[in-house]
Amino acid sequence: MAIATLSTEKPPIEAMEVVYKRPESLAEVQTHYCPGCTHGIIHRLVAEVIDELGVREKTIGVAPVGCAVFAYQYFNVDGCEAAHGRAPAMATGLKRVMPDRIIFTYQGDGDLASIGGNEIMHAAARGENITVIFVNNANYGMTGGQMAPTTLPGMVTTSSPYGRDVKTQGYPVHITEMLAIMPGVAYASRNSMHSVAEIRKTKKAIRKAFEAQIKGLGLGIVEILSSCPTNWRMDPFESLEFIRDHMVPVFPLGEYKVHDELKRRK
Amino acid sequence: MSKELWKGNEALAEAAIRAGAEAFFGYPITPQSELLEYMSRRMPELGRVFLQAESEIGAINMVYGAASAGVRVMTSSSSPGISLMQEGLSYIAGSEVPVVLVDIMRGGPGLGNIQPSQGDYNQMVKSAGHGDFHSIVLAPSTLQEAIDLIYDSFELAFRYRTIVVILGDGSLGQMMEPVEMPPFKEWPNERPDWALRGAKGRPPNLITSLYLGAEKLEALNLRLQEKLARIKAHEQRHATFMAEDAETLIVAFGTVGRIATSAVRQARAEGMKVGLFRPITLWPWPEEALDALLETGRIKNILVVEMNAGQMLEDVERIVARRVPVRFYGRMGGAIPLPDDILPILREMQGRPAGEMAATEPVLA
Ligand SMILES: Cc1ncc(C[n+]2csc(CCOP(=O)(O)OP(=O)(O)O)c2C)c(N)n1
Repeated sequence: MAIATLSTEKPPIEAMEVVYKRPESLAEVQTHYCPGCTHGIIHRLVAEVIDELGVREKTIGVAPVGCAVFAYQYFNVDGCEAAHGRAPAMATGLKRVMPDRIIFTYQGDGDLASIGGNEIMHAAARGENITVIFVNNANYGMTGGQMAPTTLPGMVTTSSPYGRDVKTQGYPVHITEMLAIMPGVAYASRNSMHSVAEIRKTKKAIRKAFEAQIKGLGLGIVEILSSCPTNWRMDPFESLEFIRDHMVPVFPLGEYKVHDELKRRK
Repeated sequence: MSKELWKGNEALAEAAIRAGAEAFFGYPITPQSELLEYMSRRMPELGRVFLQAESEIGAINMVYGAASAGVRVMTSSSSPGISLMQEGLSYIAGSEVPVVLVDIMRGGPGLGNIQPSQGDYNQMVKSAGHGDFHSIVLAPSTLQEAIDLIYDSFELAFRYRTIVVILGDGSLGQMMEPVEMPPFKEWPNERPDWALRGAKGRPPNLITSLYLGAEKLEALNLRLQEKLARIKAHEQRHATFMAEDAETLIVAFGTVGRIATSAVRQARAEGMKVGLFRPITLWPWPEEALDALLETGRIKNILVVEMNAGQMLEDVERIVARRVPVRFYGRMGGAIPLPDDILPILREMQGRPAGEMAATEPVLA
């Protein structure tokens, strides 16, 4: 009886203030991401920024090959699916024929830093007006957790079972630092998903990377340290601690390049 | 309209521009580079898009992006570059976006050389990438034909949402000939409803070649096969020369088709009943027309001539299906078969003494 009373005494809808809702740019579907994976949060941040900038109806997303291969189904914007590593080239084609549209790529570290190294370098060198969301989870998530160019020294993966030996398997690749020195890059930042505070900062960085494009300043890239509990063989909390304690020291956070025009606004 | 002297690669570029090409992405490679260079001058003049990509991989994926926007986009390359484009071509085919591609073939395999060749027949006709698909492959034998074919290639590409390949060789790209340039084509402003233009007032559009479930991917493949069947039914093109009463038929495409025309003339002057069958579409191969010629019962034997080791020969043998003997003469590595090489073989096939064989004689079959 008490329950029935409660439900009929709901305040009228207009009186309630909505403080949290699904961004319009995020499709109303369930994602396939593993529990504790931070891809989903990053999707939400990107969608919130697209909403806030009011560009949903002129945005086109380019999905990678990797865990985010279905990203185009999760964003409520026009989308396509590039070949492995080629998203920056596909985005270049889209942007060059539609300079007034907002084009973003969403790529993993195997996709962007390994097989697609050439495509991202040259998109940056040309100063393509695109936004790049670069999710670094230190391994090839989709194919079962193999070593990526971003895998930490000593880190065990399914293809570095003795731990990454830098003598024979090389060193982690620092894409954001490399891109930051290129004149065509307007914004380059490395952020992390390991705490609420860092997630907030990540959203600000994503916003700037989109603003760089809207203002026609050049390429904007946000590298985001992201968790992969399944392949790291950790629970979600341990994964976040792993980012904080092990990834951040190798991949220092912060803005590496901020175009003057992005600094001026408060 | 009067005729003007044009260089092959540049004529192809200008004809594509007049056909309505809105964007070009490419990478330099001999013997195709003049096409790219011409585009780099001309496209900006017309307010259209030109971009030299970082590689052929970059170029084809830029093409993929622009094509996804419903834009008339093209690229051009030569054999080694086409090999690099295969990944992108497969994605483009799976996503069903329209693209025009020019391949000015050179000698292979590997880096090979920069001489003319027809060594990419299999690559373009049989398997331009992984998975089940075909492009429409057009093989001009003169500059004028190249211009006319590329002029209509965007219509073909958009009608079937497919890749259209202009397959030429280094000599076509480099030669100069008097040709007639067609006028600029008018295109309507609107874009196809599948194009990625931003989801304004409609649900999002999607361009993808990814279908995880077996049923879904099979459904896509069945749809592609149905489309290929339609193309096969409507787009077979060929030309013949003195084939009406021929007993010996040369089958050759592209530049070799042109050389074979001279061989036919010389053979006729010697009183031999020789004709030429020249496929213009290499995919779909004009099998109905060749079949009809064979059905007359007049053809006694066939000579296939190519600048490769017999790649098209396999298609001709399949269509002939042992009804008459098929011989082959091929040159490779940039060597060009000449009428003088072909004539002795024709004489033999006509039951005459071969006479003096040419100095160069790698007759393969
Ligand atoms: C040309 C090509 N090579 C290899 C693969 C297989 N493959 C699919 S996803 C992937 C790795 C993706 O890893 P990453 O970019 O780090 O993204 P994540 O899955 O970790 O999000 C690989 C190697 C492919 N699809 N295409």
